[in-house]
Amino acid sequence: MPLSEIAFYVLSAGAIIFALLTITRKSAVVSALMLVMTFCFLAGIYLTLSAQFLAVVQVAVYAGAIMVLVLFVIMLLNLESEDIRITSSWKSLVGVLVALGVLAQILAMIFMSEDKLPKTISASAAVLGTTESVGTTLYTAYSFPFEMASIILISAAVGAIILAKKRLA
Amino acid sequence: MAPLSHYLAVSAILFVIGTAGVLFRRNAIIVFMCVELMLNAVNLTLIAFSQFLGDQTGQILVFFVMTVAAAEAAVGLAIVIALFRNRQTVDIAKVNILKW
Repeated sequence: MPLSEIAFYVLSAGAIIFALLTITRKSAVVSALMLVMTFCFLAGIYLTLSAQFLAVVQVAVYAGAIMVLVLFVIMLLNLESEDIRITSSWKSLVGVLVALGVLAQILAMIFMSEDKLPKTISASAAVLGTTESVGTTLYTAYSFPFEMASIILISAAVGAIILAKKRLA
Repeated sequence: MAPLSHYLAVSAILFVIGTAGVLFRRNAIIVFMCVELMLNAVNLTLIAFSQFLGDQTGQILVFFVMTVAAAEAAVGLAIVIALFRNRQTVDIAKVNILKW
């Protein structure tokens, strides 16, 4: 088995284990740290697909910026830990059953149509994943959506400040 | 190289873990983190298809998903803070004023 394949299975197992830990820990801080680990493993999986640019953005934006924001809010609010036993209400049990049903459906869909999927990674994949290549496409063919993204970000920033500020009585 | 179906399977499992978290956790911040996990699972599918089909559009889409996720994180956490200020809880079972 080539090294990249071993790396993929190890990283996938890590991502899935840490994702499960994320949803089963009582403390919100521990959950958030487990989610950071999941994001780092996902960045590794992106590397096995030779999507270097997105792997770095994943670590910087998700594991870095977004999760630091989440941790700040958790520490600001001083949360009590919740009762997460699956039997704590029948709704939780139904929720997990629905999730398992969805998983069975998606997996059946993937593996029944496996012969229609492309067999090997594209020959140009290594070039497509570089910062240079993604940047060129982003600033030429997709320059208008790129500028629109700045409008989304500025309106989100203004909206967040308005929502979170103290109301003056 | 692992086959595309295995990448898709990992993505499906992560997505469903996120779904389960949204459905059975009651802490609003953890529900929010599970939504981020679901977004990441979809990103993995997009990147896997993009690299196997040799079409860069998927990676551009992932870039924009990350942008929107950052905006969503800012607004979502501001909502959580506003909620906590008004109700002194982030338990979504106790926030039921819009429930019939």
